Amino acid sequence: MKKYKVVTSISYPKEGAMGKTGSWRVYKPTLDKEKCVKCLRCWIFCPEGAIKRHKDGSVEINYDYCKGCGVCANECKVKAIIMEREGKEE
Amino acid sequence: MTIMIDTGNYIAAKAAVLARPQVVAAYPITPQTTLVEGIANYKGTGEYKGEYICVESEHSAMSACIGASEAGSRTFTGTSSHGLLLMHEMLHWAALARLPIVMCNINRVVGPGWNIWADENDSISQRDTGWIQFYCSSNQEIFDTVIQAFKIAEHKKIGLPIMINYNAFILSHTSMPVMVPDQKDIDAFLPPYEPQWKLDVDNPVTHGNIIGAEYYEKIRRAQHEAQEQAKSLIPTIAKEWKEQFSTYHGDLLEFYQCEDADHILVAMGAIGAESKAAINKLREQGVSIGLARLRCFRPFPTEEIITLSKQADLIVIDRNISVGSTGAVYQEIKGALYGRSDANVTGFIAGLGGKDVTYKDIEKMCTKAIKEPSHSQIWYGFKED
Repeated sequence: MKKYKVVTSISYPKEGAMGKTGSWRVYKPTLDKEKCVKCLRCWIFCPEGAIKRHKDGSVEINYDYCKGCGVCANECKVKAIIMEREGKEE
Repeated sequence: MTIMIDTGNYIAAKAAVLARPQVVAAYPITPQTTLVEGIANYKGTGEYKGEYICVESEHSAMSACIGASEAGSRTFTGTSSHGLLLMHEMLHWAALARLPIVMCNINRVVGPGWNIWADENDSISQRDTGWIQFYCSSNQEIFDTVIQAFKIAEHKKIGLPIMINYNAFILSHTSMPVMVPDQKDIDAFLPPYEPQWKLDVDNPVTHGNIIGAEYYEKIRRAQHEAQEQAKSLIPTIAKEWKEQFSTYHGDLLEFYQCEDADHILVAMGAIGAESKAAINKLREQGVSIGLARLRCFRPFPTEEIITLSKQADLIVIDRNISVGSTGAVYQEIKGALYGRSDANVTGFIAGLGGKDVTYKDIEKMCTKAIKEPSHSQIWYGFKED
Protein backbone atom coordinates (compact mmCIF):
# COMPACT_ATOMS: atom_id res chain seq x y z
CA MET A 1 0.00 0.00 0.00
CA LYS A 2 1.22 3.48 -0.93
CA LYS A 3 1.59 5.85 2.03
CA TYR A 4 1.25 9.58 1.51
CA LYS A 5 3.62 12.13 3.01
CA VAL A 6 1.12 14.95 3.29
CA VAL A 7 -0.07 15.77 6.82
CA THR A 8 -3.86 15.50 6.84
CA SER A 9 -6.37 13.07 8.29
CA ILE A 10 -5.81 9.97 6.17
CA SER A 11 -6.13 6.47 7.57
CA TYR A 12 -5.05 3.27 5.91
CA PRO A 13 -7.16 0.10 6.01
CA LYS A 14 -6.13 -2.31 8.77
CA GLU A 15 -7.94 -5.06 10.65
CA GLY A 16 -9.39 -3.76 13.89
CA ALA A 17 -8.05 -0.21 13.79
CA MET A 18 -10.60 0.74 16.46
CA GLY A 19 -9.94 -2.32 18.67
CA LYS A 20 -12.19 -5.34 19.14
CA THR A 21 -15.57 -3.78 18.50
CA GLY A 22 -17.32 -7.11 19.19
CA SER A 23 -17.50 -5.99 22.82
CA TRP A 24 -20.12 -3.42 21.81
CA ARG A 25 -22.57 -6.21 20.95
CA VAL A 26 -25.90 -6.69 22.75
CA TYR A 27 -27.49 -9.21 20.36
CA LYS A 28 -25.39 -12.03 19.00
CA PRO A 29 -26.03 -13.61 15.58
CA THR A 30 -25.79 -17.39 15.43
CA LEU A 31 -25.48 -19.20 12.12
CA ASP A 32 -27.17 -22.53 11.56
CA LYS A 33 -24.90 -24.21 9.00
CA GLU A 34 -27.56 -26.85 8.23
CA LYS A 35 -29.98 -24.17 6.99
CA CYS A 36 -27.35 -22.05 5.19
CA VAL A 37 -27.58 -22.21 1.37
CA LYS A 38 -24.29 -20.27 0.80
CA CYS A 39 -26.04 -17.44 -1.02
CA LEU A 40 -23.55 -14.95 0.56
CA ARG A 41 -26.14 -12.24 1.18
CA CYS A 42 -24.90 -11.91 4.79
CA TRP A 43 -21.33 -11.59 3.56
CA ILE A 44 -22.34 -8.86 1.08
CA PHE A 45 -24.48 -6.88 3.51
CA CYS A 46 -22.37 -7.03 6.70
CA PRO A 47 -21.34 -3.36 7.16
CA GLU A 48 -18.28 -4.31 9.22
CA GLY A 49 -16.74 -7.05 7.08
CA ALA A 50 -17.19 -9.33 10.10
CA ILE A 51 -18.38 -12.32 8.05
CA LYS A 52 -15.63 -14.48 6.67
CA ARG A 53 -16.16 -16.33 3.40
CA HIS A 54 -14.51 -19.69 2.93
CA LYS A 55 -13.43 -21.18 -0.39
CA ASP A 56 -16.37 -23.58 -0.50
CA GLY A 57 -18.79 -20.65 -0.13
CA SER A 58 -19.61 -21.33 3.50
CA VAL A 59 -19.48 -18.40 5.92
CA GLU A 60 -18.35 -17.79 9.48
CA ILE A 61 -19.06 -14.87 11.81
CA ASN A 62 -16.06 -13.13 13.36
CA TYR A 63 -17.23 -12.32 16.88
CA ASP A 64 -14.16 -10.17 17.58
CA TYR A 65 -15.62 -7.44 15.36
CA CYS A 66 -19.35 -8.27 14.96
CA LYS A 67 -21.24 -5.43 16.71
CA GLY A 68 -24.52 -7.34 16.59
CA CYS A 69 -26.40 -4.99 14.29
CA GLY A 70 -28.52 -7.83 12.90
CA VAL A 71 -28.32 -6.84 9.24
CA CYS A 72 -27.15 -10.37 8.33
CA ALA A 73 -30.12 -11.98 10.09
CA ASN A 74 -32.50 -9.56 8.41
CA GLU A 75 -31.04 -10.27 4.97
CA CYS A 76 -30.90 -14.05 5.31
CA LYS A 77 -33.68 -15.51 3.13
CA VAL A 78 -33.68 -18.95 4.79
CA LYS A 79 -33.56 -17.69 8.38
CA ALA A 80 -30.24 -19.41 9.03
CA ILE A 81 -29.10 -16.58 11.29
CA ILE A 82 -30.87 -15.86 14.55
CA MET A 83 -30.22 -12.97 16.94
CA GLU A 84 -30.07 -13.74 20.65
CA ARG A 85 -29.43 -11.45 23.57
CA GLU A 86 -26.02 -11.92 25.12
CA GLY A 87 -25.49 -11.87 28.87
CA LYS A 88 -28.12 -10.96 31.45
CA GLU A 89 -30.89 -8.46 30.95
CA GLU A 90 -30.71 -5.72 33.58
CA MET B 1 1.49 36.29 -26.93
CA THR B 2 -1.60 38.41 -27.51
CA ILE B 3 -3.02 41.54 -25.92
CA MET B 4 -6.55 41.07 -24.64
CA ILE B 5 -8.62 44.06 -23.55
CA ASP B 6 -11.26 42.91 -21.12
CA THR B 7 -12.76 43.14 -17.65
CA GLY B 8 -11.11 41.61 -14.58
CA ASN B 9 -13.66 38.81 -14.57
CA TYR B 10 -13.16 37.78 -18.19
CA ILE B 11 -9.40 38.04 -17.75
CA ALA B 12 -9.62 35.74 -14.71
CA ALA B 13 -11.76 33.33 -16.78
CA LYS B 14 -9.16 33.35 -19.56
CA ALA B 15 -6.35 32.69 -17.07
CA ALA B 16 -8.29 29.89 -15.39
CA VAL B 17 -8.93 28.15 -18.71
CA LEU B 18 -5.29 28.49 -19.78
CA ALA B 19 -4.28 26.77 -16.52
CA ARG B 20 -6.19 23.69 -17.81
CA PRO B 21 -8.24 22.78 -14.73
CA GLN B 22 -9.99 19.42 -15.02
CA VAL B 23 -12.96 20.58 -12.96
CA VAL B 24 -14.68 23.93 -12.44
CA ALA B 25 -17.70 23.89 -10.12
CA ALA B 26 -19.67 27.09 -9.67
CA TYR B 27 -23.04 28.46 -8.68
CA PRO B 28 -24.20 30.86 -11.40
CA ILE B 29 -26.62 33.23 -9.64
CA THR B 30 -26.10 36.46 -7.64
CA PRO B 31 -23.76 37.33 -5.99
CA GLN B 32 -21.85 35.36 -8.63
CA THR B 33 -20.12 37.47 -11.26
CA THR B 34 -19.38 37.22 -14.98
CA LEU B 35 -16.21 35.28 -14.13
CA VAL B 36 -17.93 31.89 -14.18
CA GLU B 37 -20.12 32.97 -17.10
CA GLY B 38 -16.83 33.54 -18.94
CA ILE B 39 -15.64 30.02 -18.15
CA ALA B 40 -19.03 28.56 -19.16
CA ASN B 41 -18.63 30.37 -22.45
CA TYR B 42 -15.20 28.79 -23.00
CA LYS B 43 -16.83 25.42 -22.27
CA GLY B 44 -19.36 26.20 -25.00
CA THR B 45 -16.72 27.14 -27.54
CA GLY B 46 -14.62 24.10 -26.63
CA GLU B 47 -11.65 26.14 -25.48
CA TYR B 48 -12.17 24.81 -21.96
CA LYS B 49 -11.96 21.02 -22.07
CA GLY B 50 -12.54 20.13 -18.42
CA GLU B 51 -15.78 19.42 -16.58
CA TYR B 52 -18.05 22.35 -15.74
CA ILE B 53 -20.32 21.48 -12.83
CA CYS B 54 -23.20 23.89 -12.34
CA VAL B 55 -24.18 23.34 -8.73
CA GLU B 56 -27.10 24.50 -6.56
CA SER B 57 -25.17 26.65 -4.04
CA GLU B 58 -21.71 27.93 -3.22
CA HIS B 59 -21.48 25.40 -0.39
CA SER B 60 -21.96 22.74 -3.05
CA ALA B 61 -19.52 24.48 -5.41
CA MET B 62 -16.74 24.23 -2.84
CA SER B 63 -17.78 20.70 -1.90
CA ALA B 64 -17.62 19.63 -5.55
CA CYS B 65 -14.18 21.24 -5.88
CA ILE B 66 -13.05 19.37 -2.76
CA GLY B 67 -14.29 16.06 -4.15
CA ALA B 68 -12.65 16.69 -7.52
CA SER B 69 -9.41 17.80 -5.93
CA GLU B 70 -9.38 14.77 -3.62
CA ALA B 71 -9.74 12.61 -6.72
CA GLY B 72 -6.59 14.25 -8.08
CA SER B 73 -7.96 16.95 -10.41
CA ARG B 74 -6.79 20.51 -10.87
CA THR B 75 -9.76 22.53 -9.68
CA PHE B 76 -10.96 26.13 -9.98
CA THR B 77 -13.98 28.13 -8.89
CA GLY B 78 -15.12 31.71 -8.44
CA THR B 79 -17.43 33.46 -6.02
CA SER B 80 -18.19 36.73 -4.27
CA SER B 81 -19.48 38.15 -0.94
CA HIS B 82 -22.40 36.05 0.37
CA GLY B 83 -21.36 33.20 -1.92
CA LEU B 84 -17.99 33.11 -0.23
CA LEU B 85 -19.66 33.24 3.18
CA LEU B 86 -21.84 30.27 2.29
CA MET B 87 -18.65 28.33 1.45
CA HIS B 88 -17.12 29.07 4.84
CA GLU B 89 -17.41 25.58 6.32
CA MET B 90 -15.92 23.96 3.25
CA LEU B 91 -13.09 26.51 3.05
CA HIS B 92 -11.79 25.09 6.32
CA TRP B 93 -12.20 21.59 4.96
CA ALA B 94 -10.27 22.31 1.75
CA ALA B 95 -7.35 23.79 3.66
CA LEU B 96 -7.17 21.07 6.34
CA ALA B 97 -7.37 18.41 3.62
CA ARG B 98 -4.44 20.22 1.96
CA LEU B 99 -6.17 20.56 -1.40
CA PRO B 100 -4.68 23.06 -3.88
CA ILE B 101 -7.98 24.52 -5.08
CA VAL B 102 -7.67 27.95 -6.71
CA MET B 103 -10.56 30.37 -6.40
CA CYS B 104 -11.19 33.96 -7.36
CA ASN B 105 -13.28 36.00 -4.98
CA ILE B 106 -14.66 39.31 -6.13
CA ASN B 107 -14.67 41.54 -3.04
CA ARG B 108 -18.22 42.77 -2.63
CA VAL B 109 -20.28 44.21 0.19
CA VAL B 110 -21.90 41.88 2.70
CA GLY B 111 -25.59 42.60 3.44
CA PRO B 112 -28.04 43.57 4.67
CA GLY B 113 -27.83 46.87 3.14
CA TRP B 114 -27.79 45.13 -0.24
CA ASN B 115 -25.08 46.44 -2.51
CA ILE B 116 -22.61 44.82 -4.86
CA TRP B 117 -19.75 47.29 -4.75
CA ALA B 118 -16.22 46.93 -3.48
CA ASP B 119 -15.63 46.05 0.17
CA GLU B 120 -13.24 43.50 1.63
CA ASN B 121 -15.19 42.26 4.64
CA ASP B 122 -16.20 39.10 2.76
CA SER B 123 -12.68 37.72 2.35
CA ILE B 124 -11.35 39.22 5.57
CA SER B 125 -13.98 37.09 7.33
CA GLN B 126 -12.22 34.05 5.81
CA ARG B 127 -8.84 35.01 7.21
CA ASP B 128 -8.54 32.04 9.55
CA THR B 129 -9.61 29.28 7.17
CA GLY B 130 -6.03 28.36 6.22
CA TRP B 131 -6.25 29.65 2.65
CA ILE B 132 -3.48 31.71 1.10
CA GLN B 133 -4.99 35.10 0.21
CA PHE B 134 -3.88 37.44 -2.57
CA TYR B 135 -5.31 40.90 -3.29
CA CYS B 136 -4.85 42.20 -6.83
CA SER B 137 -4.75 45.74 -8.10
CA SER B 138 -4.89 45.37 -11.91
CA ASN B 139 -6.28 42.97 -14.48
CA GLN B 140 -2.77 41.94 -15.51
CA GLU B 141 -2.07 41.06 -11.90
CA ILE B 142 -5.28 39.01 -11.76
CA PHE B 143 -4.20 37.07 -14.84
CA ASP B 144 -0.66 36.44 -13.65
CA THR B 145 -1.73 35.58 -10.09
CA VAL B 146 -4.29 32.98 -11.20
CA ILE B 147 -1.66 31.03 -13.16
CA GLN B 148 1.00 31.48 -10.49
CA ALA B 149 -1.49 30.43 -7.79
CA PHE B 150 -1.86 26.94 -9.25
CA LYS B 151 1.90 26.52 -9.21
CA ILE B 152 2.17 27.76 -5.60
CA ALA B 153 -0.84 25.78 -4.33
CA GLU B 154 0.25 22.53 -5.96
CA HIS B 155 3.88 22.80 -4.84
CA LYS B 156 4.79 19.81 -2.65
CA LYS B 157 5.84 22.07 0.22
CA ILE B 158 2.55 23.99 0.15
CA GLY B 159 -0.55 21.96 -0.74
CA LEU B 160 -2.94 24.71 0.33
CA PRO B 161 -5.87 26.34 -1.44
CA ILE B 162 -5.48 29.90 -2.72
CA MET B 163 -8.02 32.71 -2.84
CA ILE B 164 -7.34 35.51 -5.31
CA ASN B 165 -9.29 38.60 -4.33
CA TYR B 166 -10.04 41.63 -6.44
CA ASN B 167 -12.36 44.56 -5.87
CA ALA B 168 -15.82 44.51 -7.40
CA PHE B 169 -16.41 46.79 -10.38
CA ILE B 170 -13.17 48.75 -10.02
CA LEU B 171 -11.43 45.65 -11.39
CA SER B 172 -14.10 43.00 -11.98
CA HIS B 173 -16.08 45.10 -14.46
CA THR B 174 -13.42 47.44 -15.82
CA SER B 175 -11.59 46.68 -19.05
CA MET B 176 -7.82 46.96 -19.20
CA PRO B 177 -5.26 45.66 -21.70
CA VAL B 178 -3.63 42.44 -20.52
CA MET B 179 -0.70 40.51 -21.93
CA VAL B 180 -1.86 36.92 -22.46
CA PRO B 181 0.89 34.37 -23.17
CA ASP B 182 0.37 31.45 -25.56
CA GLN B 183 -0.98 28.17 -24.25
CA LYS B 184 2.30 26.36 -24.89
CA ASP B 185 4.21 28.87 -22.77
CA ILE B 186 1.67 28.60 -19.96
CA ASP B 187 1.95 24.80 -20.17
CA ALA B 188 5.73 25.06 -19.89
CA PHE B 189 5.38 27.27 -16.80
CA LEU B 190 2.62 25.19 -15.22
CA PRO B 191 2.99 21.43 -15.72
CA PRO B 192 0.06 19.06 -15.05
CA TYR B 193 -0.97 18.62 -11.42
CA GLU B 194 0.63 15.80 -9.47
CA PRO B 195 -1.44 15.32 -6.30
CA GLN B 196 0.29 14.73 -2.99
CA TRP B 197 -2.52 12.40 -1.99
CA LYS B 198 -5.76 11.32 -3.60
CA LEU B 199 -8.75 9.06 -3.27
CA ASP B 200 -7.86 6.08 -5.41
CA VAL B 201 -9.72 2.76 -5.64
CA ASP B 202 -6.42 0.99 -6.30
CA ASN B 203 -4.93 2.38 -3.10
CA PRO B 204 -7.87 2.73 -0.71
CA VAL B 205 -7.64 5.19 2.19
CA THR B 206 -10.14 6.86 4.48
CA HIS B 207 -10.05 10.66 4.58
CA GLY B 208 -11.57 12.90 7.22
CA ASN B 209 -11.58 10.15 9.82
CA ILE B 210 -11.73 10.62 13.59
CA ILE B 211 -8.41 11.59 15.16
CA GLY B 212 -7.27 12.58 18.63
CA ALA B 213 -5.83 15.90 19.73
CA GLU B 214 -2.24 14.73 19.32
CA TYR B 215 -2.71 14.13 15.58
CA TYR B 216 -4.97 17.12 15.07
CA GLU B 217 -2.32 19.44 16.47
CA LYS B 218 0.16 18.00 13.97
CA ILE B 219 -2.20 18.73 11.10
CA ARG B 220 -2.62 22.36 12.21
CA ARG B 221 1.11 22.77 12.71
CA ALA B 222 1.87 21.34 9.25
CA GLN B 223 -0.71 23.69 7.73
CA HIS B 224 0.91 26.65 9.49
CA GLU B 225 4.37 25.60 8.33
CA ALA B 226 3.10 25.35 4.75
CA GLN B 227 1.90 28.98 5.00
CA GLU B 228 5.33 29.96 6.34
CA GLN B 229 6.98 28.13 3.40
CA ALA B 230 4.75 30.06 1.02
CA LYS B 231 6.48 33.25 2.17
CA SER B 232 9.60 32.21 0.31
CA LEU B 233 7.93 30.32 -2.53
CA ILE B 234 5.65 33.18 -3.61
CA PRO B 235 8.62 35.48 -4.46
CA THR B 236 10.43 32.62 -6.23
CA ILE B 237 7.46 31.93 -8.48
CA ALA B 238 6.81 35.64 -9.11
CA LYS B 239 10.45 35.93 -10.22
CA GLU B 240 10.22 32.87 -12.45
CA TRP B 241 7.11 34.38 -14.08
CA LYS B 242 8.88 37.70 -14.54
CA GLU B 243 11.83 36.04 -16.27
CA GLN B 244 9.52 34.15 -18.60
CA PHE B 245 6.75 36.65 -19.27
CA SER B 246 8.24 40.03 -18.14
CA THR B 247 5.31 41.18 -15.95
CA TYR B 248 5.81 41.54 -12.21
CA HIS B 249 3.61 42.94 -9.44
CA GLY B 250 5.72 42.41 -6.33
CA ASP B 251 6.13 39.46 -3.99
CA LEU B 252 4.22 39.44 -0.71
CA LEU B 253 4.26 43.22 -1.00
CA GLU B 254 4.84 45.55 -3.90
CA PHE B 255 7.19 48.41 -3.04
CA TYR B 256 6.78 51.77 -4.73
CA GLN B 257 9.20 54.61 -3.96
CA CYS B 258 10.02 53.12 -0.57
CA GLU B 259 13.85 53.30 -0.67
CA ASP B 260 14.34 56.62 1.11
CA ALA B 261 10.82 57.19 2.43
CA ASP B 262 10.18 58.47 5.94
CA HIS B 263 6.50 57.55 5.65
CA ILE B 264 5.15 54.40 4.06
CA LEU B 265 1.55 53.78 3.12
CA VAL B 266 0.26 50.22 3.37
CA ALA B 267 -2.90 49.41 1.44
CA MET B 268 -4.25 46.55 -0.63
CA GLY B 269 -6.52 45.87 -3.60
CA ALA B 270 -7.66 48.68 -5.85
CA ILE B 271 -6.83 51.32 -3.22
CA GLY B 272 -3.26 50.01 -3.46
CA ALA B 273 -3.17 50.88 -7.15
CA GLU B 274 -4.79 54.28 -6.68
CA SER B 275 -2.23 55.02 -3.96
CA LYS B 276 0.57 55.18 -6.54
CA ALA B 277 -1.00 58.31 -8.01
CA ALA B 278 -1.26 59.79 -4.52
CA ILE B 279 2.40 58.98 -3.82
CA ASN B 280 3.41 60.73 -7.06
CA LYS B 281 1.47 63.85 -6.06
CA LEU B 282 2.92 63.88 -2.55
CA ARG B 283 6.44 63.36 -3.90
CA GLU B 284 5.91 66.39 -6.17
CA GLN B 285 5.20 68.36 -2.99
CA GLY B 286 8.47 67.12 -1.52
CA VAL B 287 6.95 64.62 0.92
CA SER B 288 9.20 61.65 1.60
CA ILE B 289 6.63 58.90 1.15
CA GLY B 290 6.37 55.48 -0.44
CA LEU B 291 3.84 52.68 -0.85
CA ALA B 292 4.01 49.08 0.27
CA ARG B 293 1.03 47.49 -1.42
CA LEU B 294 0.00 44.34 0.40
CA ARG B 295 -0.45 41.59 -2.21
CA CYS B 296 -0.50 38.69 0.18
CA PHE B 297 -2.59 38.91 3.35
CA ARG B 298 -2.13 35.23 4.26
CA PRO B 299 0.65 34.40 4.88
CA PHE B 300 1.10 37.85 6.40
CA PRO B 301 4.51 39.42 5.61
CA THR B 302 5.40 40.16 9.25
CA GLU B 303 9.18 40.39 8.70
CA GLU B 304 8.88 42.83 5.79
CA ILE B 305 6.50 45.04 7.79
CA ILE B 306 8.95 45.13 10.71
CA THR B 307 11.76 46.13 8.32
CA LEU B 308 9.62 48.95 6.89
CA SER B 309 8.80 50.21 10.38
CA LYS B 310 12.52 50.57 11.20
CA GLN B 311 12.76 53.04 8.35
CA ALA B 312 9.46 54.89 8.37
CA ASP B 313 6.19 55.66 10.13
CA LEU B 314 3.35 53.65 8.66
CA ILE B 315 -0.02 54.74 7.32
CA VAL B 316 -2.61 52.01 6.81
CA ILE B 317 -5.84 52.12 4.82
CA ASP B 318 -8.43 49.39 5.34
CA ARG B 319 -11.44 48.80 3.11
CA ASN B 320 -12.84 46.51 5.79
CA ILE B 321 -13.53 46.54 9.50
CA SER B 322 -13.45 43.89 12.16
CA VAL B 323 -16.36 45.44 14.03
CA GLY B 324 -15.53 46.06 17.67
CA SER B 325 -11.82 46.21 16.86
CA THR B 326 -10.13 47.85 13.85
CA GLY B 327 -9.52 47.21 10.16
CA ALA B 328 -7.84 43.85 9.51
CA VAL B 329 -4.62 45.16 7.96
CA TYR B 330 -4.21 47.69 10.78
CA GLN B 331 -4.69 44.91 13.33
CA GLU B 332 -2.13 42.67 11.66
CA ILE B 333 0.44 45.43 11.42
CA LYS B 334 0.01 46.52 15.03
CA GLY B 335 0.31 42.89 16.09
CA ALA B 336 3.48 42.43 14.03
CA LEU B 337 5.14 45.56 15.41
CA TYR B 338 4.35 45.27 19.10
CA GLY B 339 7.63 45.22 21.04
CA ARG B 340 9.68 45.35 17.86
CA SER B 341 9.25 48.89 16.62
CA ASP B 342 8.36 52.35 17.87
CA ALA B 343 7.01 53.55 14.53
CA ASN B 344 3.75 55.46 14.50
CA VAL B 345 1.02 53.49 12.79
CA THR B 346 -1.87 55.71 11.73
CA GLY B 347 -4.86 53.87 10.36
CA PHE B 348 -7.85 54.81 8.22
CA ILE B 349 -11.09 53.06 7.43
CA ALA B 350 -12.11 54.11 3.93
CA GLY B 351 -14.21 52.95 1.01
CA LEU B 352 -16.68 50.75 2.90
CA GLY B 353 -19.76 49.81 0.91
CA GLY B 354 -17.93 50.67 -2.29
CA LYS B 355 -17.51 54.35 -1.40
CA ASP B 356 -15.10 55.83 -3.90
CA VAL B 357 -11.53 56.35 -2.68
CA THR B 358 -9.68 58.59 -5.12
CA TYR B 359 -6.00 59.47 -5.16
CA LYS B 360 -7.01 62.84 -3.72
CA ASP B 361 -8.61 61.12 -0.74
CA ILE B 362 -5.48 59.04 -0.24
CA GLU B 363 -3.37 62.19 -0.46
CA LYS B 364 -5.51 63.78 2.26
CA MET B 365 -5.24 60.73 4.51
CA CYS B 366 -1.46 60.64 4.12
CA THR B 367 -1.13 64.38 4.78
CA LYS B 368 -3.23 64.06 7.92
CA ALA B 369 -1.24 61.07 9.17
CA ILE B 370 2.07 62.87 8.60
CA LYS B 371 0.86 66.04 10.31
CA GLU B 372 -0.83 64.30 13.23
CA PRO B 373 0.60 60.79 13.54
CA SER B 374 -1.28 58.59 15.98
CA HIS B 375 -1.59 55.02 17.10
CA SER B 376 -5.26 54.93 16.32
CA GLN B 377 -7.58 54.44 13.39
CA ILE B 378 -9.75 57.14 11.84
CA TRP B 379 -12.92 56.77 9.75
CA TYR B 380 -11.93 58.85 6.76
CA GLY B 381 -14.57 61.23 5.42
CA PHE B 382 -17.30 59.88 7.67
CA LYS B 383 -20.21 62.32 7.86
CA GLU B 384 -22.57 62.31 10.83
CA ASP B 385 -26.22 63.02 9.91
